[in-house]
Order: sequence, then C-alpha cells, then structure tokens
Amino acid sequence: MKRRDTLKALSLTSLGLAVNPVEAAVPEPKPAVKLLPGRQKFEAERDLKLLAAEPFFTPAELQTVTLLSDIIIPADAKSGSASQAGVPAFIEFMMRDQPRNQTPMRGGLRWLNAKCVSRYGNPFAKCTKEQQIDMVEQIAYPGKKVPSDMTQGVAFFTYLRNFVLGGFYTSKMGIEDLGYVGNTPNQWDGVPEDVLKQYGLSYEEPKK
Amino acid sequence: MDLFQIKKAPTVYDAIVVGSGAGGGMAAYMLTKAGAKVLLLEAGGYFDPADPKYMTQLKWPYESPRRGASTTRSGGDFDAAWGGWEIEGEPYTSKPGADFFWFRSRMLGGRTNHWGRISMRFGPDDFRRGSLSGVGDDWPIGYEDMKPFYDRVDKLIGVFGSVENLHNEPDGHFLPPPKPRLHELMLKKAATGIGIPVIPSRLSILTQPINKERGQCFYCRQCNRGCSAYADFSSSSVLCIPAMKTGNLTLQNNAMVREVLTDAKTGLATGVSYVDTISMQEMSVYGKTIILGASTCESARLLLNSKSSRFPNGLANSSGVVGKYLNDSTGASRSGFVPALMDRKRYNEDGVGGMHVFTPWWLDNKKLDFPRGYHIEYGGGMGMPGYGFGGGIEALNGKIPGRDGKMKPAGGYGAGLKDDMRRFYGAYVSMSGRGEPIPLESNYCEIDPNAVDKYGIPTLRFHYKWSDAEIKQAKHMQDTFEQIIEAMGGMPMGNKPGKEQNYGLAAPGRIIHEVGTVRMGNDPAKSALNKFQQAHDVKNLFVVDAAPFVTQGDKNVTWTILAASMRTSEYLIDQVKRKNI
Ligand SMILES: Cc1cc2nc3c(=O)[nH]c(=O)nc-3n(C[C@H](O)[C@H](O)[C@H](O)COP(=O)(O)OP(=O)(O)OC[C@H]3O[C@@H](n4cnc5c(N)ncnc54)[C@H](O)[C@@H]3O)c2cc1C
Ligand code: SF4
Repeated sequence: MKRRDTLKALSLTSLGLAVNPVEAAVPEPKPAVKLLPGRQKFEAERDLKLLAAEPFFTPAELQTVTLLSDIIIPADAKSGSASQAGVPAFIEFMMRDQPRNQTPMRGGLRWLNAKCVSRYGNPFAKCTKEQQIDMVEQIAYPGKKVPSDMTQGVAFFTYLRNFVLGGFYTSKMGIEDLGYVGNTPNQWDGVPEDVLKQYGLSYEEPKK
Repeated sequence: MDLFQIKKAPTVYDAIVVGSGAGGGMAAYMLTKAGAKVLLLEAGGYFDPADPKYMTQLKWPYESPRRGASTTRSGGDFDAAWGGWEIEGEPYTSKPGADFFWFRSRMLGGRTNHWGRISMRFGPDDFRRGSLSGVGDDWPIGYEDMKPFYDRVDKLIGVFGSVENLHNEPDGHFLPPPKPRLHELMLKKAATGIGIPVIPSRLSILTQPINKERGQCFYCRQCNRGCSAYADFSSSSVLCIPAMKTGNLTLQNNAMVREVLTDAKTGLATGVSYVDTISMQEMSVYGKTIILGASTCESARLLLNSKSSRFPNGLANSSGVVGKYLNDSTGASRSGFVPALMDRKRYNEDGVGGMHVFTPWWLDNKKLDFPRGYHIEYGGGMGMPGYGFGGGIEALNGKIPGRDGKMKPAGGYGAGLKDDMRRFYGAYVSMSGRGEPIPLESNYCEIDPNAVDKYGIPTLRFHYKWSDAEIKQAKHMQDTFEQIIEAMGGMPMGNKPGKEQNYGLAAPGRIIHEVGTVRMGNDPAKSALNKFQQAHDVKNLFVVDAAPFVTQGDKNVTWTILAASMRTSEYLIDQVKRKNI
C-alpha cells in the first residue's frame, strides 16, 4: 500500500472504524488494516480497496450526517452518542460497500438542505439547534399525516434512522447499552431461577 | 485446433468422489476408513473451522467494516458459507414466471459448514406418502432399511434430542437436549395450551463429548460460523478431515468437475474431467467407481452434461428423468412482539446455534384440505445484534405505550427512541413452517441451451411452480402462527400475507432443501438410480447427495443424506468384495 493510502486508511480509524494490524492471508501489498479471518480472496481484495478509497461524503455532508446521527442517538446517562460510537464512519463505509445507498443518501441530504434554506435561510448544519429540531420534528414520525412537500423527508429520515440504529447497536458501546452479555464461552443451564419465578414458569413437566 | 492441453493423471483411484458436503463427505469417510484409495474433488477452497485463519466464531459485529452485512456473501461476513444465491462467474437461469433460487457453497464441507444443524430422521410414513395418500410416489426403500444407518449416524456424529415415542418422528440415540430459553418456555406453554405440541429440538451439536477428536458445545449460538471446537456437525471437520487422517484420501480443492468420463465400449464410468479454478488447467482423473455428491442440482447438471454417443441424453438418463421432480421444502414465517418480555433481565441466553424446541407435524392430513404436513421452527431471544439491528422500529414503537403509559407517535428520535430499543430488546419471537411439497415432473432443471459458466461448462435452467397443495399448506401455517402468537399474549408483526401473496409461501429453492433430480426407484424406465443410489445404466456410478430422494418428508433432509450415503458406501464396499463392480 502506498503511503498516501495508508494515511487514508488511518484517517478512517480516527472516524471510529474498526481497523487493526495486518492479516497474513491477504496477498501483498501489505495492508494497514486487519481484515476478518476467513475472507475469500476476492472479498479481501475488495475490502482493502474500499477501505482505501476516496471518501464518499464531502466534509459538509459528513458533518450533516454526524449532526443527524447524534439527534437520533444522543448521549444519555447510560451511553454515548452515535458519533462517539463511530456511526458516521460506518455509514460512510456502507456508501462505498453498497453503492445503491448513494442516491437516497446524497439526495436525502440535498432535500434536507434545500428545505432548511427555504424555511430558515440556511442549510441544516448552519441552522440553530432549535431550527434543526424543528425541521426534524416535521419528518420524524412516519405514522403522522404530513404536508405533501414533506413525504420525501419522512422517507429519508426513516432510512437514516435505520442506518443509525444499526450502526450504533452493532458498536461496542451500543452492545453494552443493550446489555447483551453473550458471545463468550458459557455453560447454558436454563433460565435463571428468579426469572422463571418472575414469569411463573418452570422446567417441571406438568403431571399428565 | 488445440485450444488447451488436457492433463491426464496416471493414478487410477478406487473411487472418485465429487463434492465434499454431507453426501460426498460421508462417502469419502466410509470408503477411506474401509481402506479404499479415494480422490475427493471439491470445487471450493480448503476450510477448517478450527484454524484461526478461517475463524469468525466469537468475533464482534464491529470487527467487520460493514458490521457483517451480506454484501459479498448471502449469510453475511461472519457466516461460514462461501457463496450463496449468486456466485460470480457461475450463473443459472429460470424460465420466466417459474423461478427457482439456488444456494451454493464453494468450500470444503459445502453447505454443512453453516447449515442449521436440524437433524431429523424421516419417519416410516415419510417413505410411503404416495400409497398412504394416493398422490405422489413411494420410495423404493422403507424406514426399516434406513433405521440401522440413522442409528449409526447418530452415534458417529452426535445429535441431541428427547425420546418422545411419536409414530412418525422416530427417536434416535440422543445426547441431552439444552433446556429451553425463556421465550421457548413461553411458546411451549402457549402452543401446548391450544393443542400444538412443542418438544426439544434435534440438532447435531455435542452437548456432551463423544470422542477425543471433538470438543463439547460451549453455547455461543454461532454454529453457522463453524465451530472451532468441532462441537457441531460440519462435513469438513467431522468427515473430510478425519478421512484425510486415514492416509487414504487425496483431497483436491479448487477442482470444478466438468463431466463424467465413460468407456464407449463397456459403458462404464472411467473418471471425470475437471477445471482447476486457480490455474484454469483442464484435468482428467481416473477411478474404478465414480460417486457424485455435488448437491441435488449440481449432480443432475453433471449427468446431463456427460453426453456421449452411447449416452446421448446424458449419463444415467435413459429414462429421461434426470433433472425432473426437483422439489424444495415449503416455507412461510411470521414474527410477533411479546409485551410480557419487555424490560427483561439481562443474562447470557445464547444457548446452542439454533432453537432448543420445535413443533413436529401434529395433524392428520385426511382431515385437512392439503395432502402433506410441516414442522415449525422457532426463533427469538436476546441475541447478538447484527447488521440491520433495530431496522423497522417505526412499525412497532407507535403501538406500544411508553413507560408513562402514554402512546407516542411511531418512529421518532433521541432519548425516547434509545429507551424503546432497551425496552424491546429480546421481546420478539419468530416462527417458520417447513413443509413437504408434492414432487412434480413439471418442476425441473435442464441444461440451458444458450449459457455457460466461466469455465465453459453449460449451466442449469430451472422451471418450478408451486401447486395448490403447497399454497393451502402455507395458509394453514399462517393461521397457526397467528394462533400461537396470540396464545402467548403477543402481537403478530407486519401484515398477515393473504391469497395474493400465496400466504407468504417462499419462492421455490429459498428453503434450501432441494431434492429429487436423480430419482431412485425400482423401475429403470421411471428412475435413474436403484434403491442403493446406483445408476441403473452404469453400475459403477453412484449419487450420494439428496438428488436420489423421491420425496422431502416434513423434515429437513441432511440427516437422511448422511444415512443414505453411509448405506450406499457399505453397499459399494460389499459389491467390490463380491467382485460385482
Ligand atoms: C442457511 C442454511 C441452513 C440449512 N439448515 C439445514 C438444517 O437445519 N437441516 C438440514 O437438514 N439441512 C439444512 N440445510 C440444507 C443442507 O445444508 C443441505 O441439505 C446439505 O448441505 C446438502 O448436502 P450435499 O451433500 O448435497 O452437499 P452440499 O453441502 O451442497 O455440498 C456440495 C459440495 O459440492 C461441491 N461441488 C458442487 N459442484 C461441484 C463440481 N462440479 N465439482 C466439484 N465440486 C462441486 C460444492 O462446492 C460443495 O462443497 C441448510 C442449508 C442452508 C443454506
Ligand atoms: S453453539 Fe456450541 S456447537 Fe455451536 S458453534 Fe457455539 S460452541 Fe460450537
């Protein structure tokens, strides 16, 4: 890998993407990222290429995605925010990995900025916090009837919400927030006693 | 014009086995243990779930940049299936409106590296549905022929389950089953309350050690990634690698078989030709017996592509039946949200890599408007989040009162949304019906006259349509699912699929239990193989995957592939001893 590419890969790390040292199975050039084990050759080559590729988002787009991600998943008493969990970097990667996302994402951000300029005189990122929330309120509830010029925004926000949830809850922070405690060697001996009791269940077979 | 040189190997093997999945792996294991020199040809690469180079077990979603999304393989980054519904350079086609979906794995062990490990033997009735119901055909063998082999497979490979004494769900040699998880106890209570039985599942996972080569399950719920302790059944770890240790097996990976070679004079099979997928070198190899275990559709493809002046319709196909009677399990599913499970206490409930309980077929088709049964598989619990986690929350969170008892609008954002995610985690159940279809001659695969793969091998074209029997069965599944979800106080999710959607009946092939394309039978005019899976037309040619199966049963088929392949291998050894082959 050329030095320039290494730097690019490193900058991904700073965005919170999980990247580690080298995987031997992959043919040279020596990559700066660690791929999952068990990658087929074409997968390994593809992963390396994508990780080293030019970013999809412009800096302004990335900033807007980050702001929206943190509105969807803010920090609270239990865990941090979407951006602290690396969600924008995950979304950036998915734009390269599944290019069919590019138009709905870029177009959705454009729609949002155009709408913000006409409502508040500024693109989303330059709006005040109150204006941003006011805008989000218009598009955050797909069950509500909205004016016909807002439906595309509702669809975009639903799409983005799903991305942000998926990214956050597959991060270390999100998994800890949920309280998932598996993925480790264990001895399963059934549901704990207190939980059985809480639900009025037992392992005894009812007498026939 | 000499486009390429075909390399010929000097060795003549006792047997050549094509494909290293359930059927091919078992044949290679049995024959090498008996002392035969075997060449195993596998189109995919080498795979050993215990080698850290391949290990995705116990990895976290964030160790994949796409969080395990299925961009390059159908089961996602962590799944031990190299391949999937589409393989670059290996296309297949369907007749318009008669689509079939074909799942392939290209690796040592084939699809057994990531399969569901649901290991059910067929019952006595499953071999004779034709005569019992008047529709469809019987097998040329019965349960009594297969029972000794099922017993031996149980002991050799290991399967957990419970003794139930049910007529058509014969008990095996079971290891202790894992205790049900919380949602499984709730499902069991609800379903049995409305007359639907729920019993411990039967999976080939070692809840106790059975030998020194393999470890015991440590309950990570990730069998689909392949088990580094060899505590689940994969053909790679349990059959192929032990076969290599006998010293009698030559394993050739990256060997894509093109056709079976025959001697024009004797009509016997002499070997196979294959393409080395890395060097693209054409090879011919020779053996005294040829055994196909390339999977149901691929074995039919190989036979149909093995045309010669003596066998103009393809090999073992004087009956014209090869490719016909292709049939896959029916499938339909529904999920539900269980409010009683909201805000549950957290603990490690991973358990084994699959359900701990299931519902075997429990009704009498004579009293129903469809001729075959199905079983129900259950899902749910506090699993590890994966790609797409939380997607579709807007379809649920507007229907559930918040902590303050008040409803709020669907979707949303912020702290309230984060709280919903915590409350709802682990409060879902899902159920899937897997049923027996009627095999039809009009459902088939054939060689596409216009297409080849990247190796220049003619490819398959499918033609498959469900009949009324399967559609009515799916309707029954949907009604049953709804009853069970309601009986446990749950809310069925999404819309109940109706007539226009065939009641949610999955498209043919989607359940990945395809069988039947190289039928066995007693009449050589109507079948390609005899009751030992030996070609009627070519006595040193055998098929050991699910292609020979006359029907599916309302069971998953792999345990029957293993038992039938073991039976065929013993028959072959016996025939060689008697000098009949
Ligand atoms: C997600 C999933 C879950 C499943 N769950 C269950 C379950 O719970 N219970 C159950 O009973 N079944 C299940 N199945 C089905 C099960 O995997 C198959 O029935 C079984 O693996 C079929 O075995 P097989 O012998 O036909 O070979 P396969 O496992 O299909 O392997 C065939 C092998 O042959 C190789 N091959 C193909 N063509 C060629 C060629 N031309 N030359 C050389 N090699 C070739 C392939 O690369 C492959 O390795 C599941 C399948 C999937 C995909
Ligand atoms: S659940 Fe058990 S058998 Fe399956 S992969 Fe984990 S440890 Fe192995």
